[in-house]
Amino acid sequence: MLYREAGDFKTTYAADSQTFPIRSDRWRYFAVLAIAWGVIPFVIDDYWANAILVPFLIYSIAAIGLNILTGYCGQVSLGTGGFMAVGAYSVYKLMTMFPEVSIVVHVILAGGITALVGTAFGLPSLRIKGFYLAVATLAAQFFLVWLFNKVGWFYNYSASGQISAPERFVAGVAVTGANTAPWAQYLICLAFVTVCAIVARNLTRGSVGRKWMAIRDMDIAAEIIGVNPLTAKLSAFAVSSFFIGISGALFFAVYLGAVEVGEAFGIQKSFLVLFMCIIGGLGSIFGSFAGAAFLVLLPVALKVLGVDLLGWPSSTVAHLQLVAVGALIMFFLIKEPHGLAQLWRVTKEKLRLWPFPY
Amino acid sequence: MKDQVEPHVTADGRRIGGVLMDLRGITLRFGGVEAIKNISFDIREGEIRAIIGPNGAGKSSMLNVISGFYHPQDGEVWFRGAKRPAMKPFQVARLGIARTFQNIALFDGMSVLDNIMTGRLTHMKTGLLSQMVWAGPAAREEAENRAVVERIIDFLEIQAIRKTPVGRLPYGLKKRVELARALAAEPKLLLLDEPMAGMNVEEKEDMSRFILDVNDEFGTTIALIEHDMGVVMDLSDRVVVMDYGRKIGDGTPAEIRANQEVIDAYLGVAHD
Amino acid sequence: MSADFLYMIEVVINGLMAGVLYALVALGFVLIYKASGIFNYAQGVMALFGALTLVGIMEGQVPFAHIINATFGTDLHQFGWTVPALLAILLTVGVMILLAWMVHTFVFRHLVGQEPIILFMATIGLAYFLEGIGDLMWGSDIKTLDVGIPQGGSLWVENLSSGLGGEDFYGFFIDKLDITASVVAILLVAGLIAFAQYTKQGRAMRAVADDHQAALSVGISLNFIWVLVWSLAGMVALVAGIMWGAKSGVQFSLSLIALKALPVLMLGGFTSIPGAIVGGLIIGVGEKLFEYTIGPMIGGATENWFAYVLALLFLVFRPQGLFGERIIERV
Repeated sequence: MLYREAGDFKTTYAADSQTFPIRSDRWRYFAVLAIAWGVIPFVIDDYWANAILVPFLIYSIAAIGLNILTGYCGQVSLGTGGFMAVGAYSVYKLMTMFPEVSIVVHVILAGGITALVGTAFGLPSLRIKGFYLAVATLAAQFFLVWLFNKVGWFYNYSASGQISAPERFVAGVAVTGANTAPWAQYLICLAFVTVCAIVARNLTRGSVGRKWMAIRDMDIAAEIIGVNPLTAKLSAFAVSSFFIGISGALFFAVYLGAVEVGEAFGIQKSFLVLFMCIIGGLGSIFGSFAGAAFLVLLPVALKVLGVDLLGWPSSTVAHLQLVAVGALIMFFLIKEPHGLAQLWRVTKEKLRLWPFPY
Repeated sequence: MKDQVEPHVTADGRRIGGVLMDLRGITLRFGGVEAIKNISFDIREGEIRAIIGPNGAGKSSMLNVISGFYHPQDGEVWFRGAKRPAMKPFQVARLGIARTFQNIALFDGMSVLDNIMTGRLTHMKTGLLSQMVWAGPAAREEAENRAVVERIIDFLEIQAIRKTPVGRLPYGLKKRVELARALAAEPKLLLLDEPMAGMNVEEKEDMSRFILDVNDEFGTTIALIEHDMGVVMDLSDRVVVMDYGRKIGDGTPAEIRANQEVIDAYLGVAHD
Repeated sequence: MSADFLYMIEVVINGLMAGVLYALVALGFVLIYKASGIFNYAQGVMALFGALTLVGIMEGQVPFAHIINATFGTDLHQFGWTVPALLAILLTVGVMILLAWMVHTFVFRHLVGQEPIILFMATIGLAYFLEGIGDLMWGSDIKTLDVGIPQGGSLWVENLSSGLGGEDFYGFFIDKLDITASVVAILLVAGLIAFAQYTKQGRAMRAVADDHQAALSVGISLNFIWVLVWSLAGMVALVAGIMWGAKSGVQFSLSLIALKALPVLMLGGFTSIPGAIVGGLIIGVGEKLFEYTIGPMIGGATENWFAYVLALLFLVFRPQGLFGERIIERV
């Protein structure tokens, strides 16, 4: 009886609809938060921050964003890379135009700008569905990357065509620029992740989330029971793009520091985030974290295994990674379309009954 | 002109009021095919109104016109004493018209509770920002609407399956959940498209009981399509009969039983 | 006729030639989509994979050489022979059929009856997988493919047309390769139509496209038909791969160019072979003309996105495509 719900009675509807209705889940959640905030910042080093934790946190935000659109509202988007670029270039322009304003404000504003752009590109979703829409979002991907590449105003006419983040401080500590400590990078990302995850959870458990899911499961029936498809779909695009914009802003300003748009935000990025959602679990906030963790760790693990242990050339390992990711996507879609999150749920169901098989 | 029945109280004590919905000269075409030909009838407050007819008679199309999913080329829909302009289905829902579907249209990825909660969406007003924070209005609204939904869950006797994903439910229960979702909207007019299709006798009895109870306890006006004649004649106050898109009969069950044209349509007399 | 106008015509003709190749890839999509409802995102990567395999076989490369060498400490690269183009093409066709069988047996047979969007995402996975396998087998360096197709500007066309536009105009410059590609594409389409119309398998294929259940009930093996269409799509992809490969080298960008087949299908509709062809030509001509006229004003390289934006705008106003049927929604 490692994991049980017996004796955990609910007396109000609010208690019944809380995020972690089962007590041991709740404890685990607080333990994770405590470790993330109280332990990791003191032990983190440069390798862990740059190779694993910071990209994990940033991709988690992007995956949550795409999961809201694709997993909850059922609208597949292949424009994630383009929208992340909007976040990155917005935060760059804001940072250079208003250096006195806090970077935190800039990142949130960048999310807001991305939300506007995402909503505009979401308009066709009112007329077209499924993979028609998926291909239509490719227009956003290619057009936005082209735009940031060609129009000098966006990169302040820098000779290299790159943008690079100037140094900015939060409470006197550098969080962007070359002199940023790993723990500062980590903490600012963690702060955004925590808030984003809570907001996403709140949205998906209430009436807004139900509208999205109704549209996803059966759009015609949703409309007939009173869901306005226009506002439901566009709000999903807006919220999703808001998160993706924040992740793009952090990806550029905090993680990479300097980016070239085609390289950092190309179509591969769109697929990467989509894969995180599929492998982690469509329609699950926890799945977004799981998927992001999995796809951040996979290359690291393959590199350790292939390059360091077996001595293969790193290009071969990179190709092997493509094979592995592709195979995993097909495997999950065949065996477990709800991804790691569902595997986790099944495990918990089993634990609940443990040690009895039924 | 149609007969003007005054509001009255039925033998079993239910109050039938004035005209709630009036359909005037509805004509609906798909390309060259006329699915509904110049049909008029009304639905009164508090009554159970049945629409019957052979397959392909245009009954479901009629329901789709009422719920705003199809837009008739001709004719007017009057609701609560005012002509209803051309509306999108979700706007119709907000007027207080809820429905169930012939082929169950539940949201398979959601639990029974969430499905029924979607029926409350037209009553839930808090915005995106308030829901992001969750504390305050959004949480309060959620709890209030949950209470309404729980009453319906009790009423339809589906407490035990509250948290089950609807995809896993058997057919009969799905139909019941769909009724619950429509009821959750607290509609002024409830449309039921073949609520008993594919059910066995016990399930039909349960469903009939629920329909009568809904009508009786909440005073909800109901328009339903059904193929089981016994059920229709027992449940409904008045019946409209359609055949090949035309109206061939309209009246109380007793009148319909005696209507020669209706008998012909059902026994399959050749059309000239 | 003024020279400007004639150059415009040249742009249009070159656009048509590019459009033929888009149409060729789009054709592969249509084949699979009609028979199985799968929207095969991997079609472009299949073209890349086909071309890579062809080059590998022709040059006698050792497959998976990098892994073998790294694991066993060997230094294998070449078998030391070369294979004539025609034989290599036949062998590659064999590989594509094997690939079709594997894709069906190991992946899509297990996904029958899933929602279209799930199938679509599975094909994205397939695209990654194939790209990785292609690179592992044959290496990821850019390869030149020469199967003996004539290349370079066609002097005949140039000389014939040079008198048209006065002194400033030197005649149309049209690559012989493009002419060959167009001819091959036309032959291929004609062959496919003949196959679908006049052979038993072709009829079975059309029956499956029409109605799975009905096809099953008259004794058609769905599995066989699905492997068949994947094989045909593989061969079409190979042809497209050869043409693109001969033109600009066999490299990853080939699969991105092939992505353009997606907007082509948006225009032409997913189920229509004429639609795929007309859509391909419209996109080919449209993007070349746009780049020629508007491109210089807004910084160029508009070919990257023009096709997608055009398809998007088009879809918003006519969601079913040029030739698709209007869908009446029911509840």
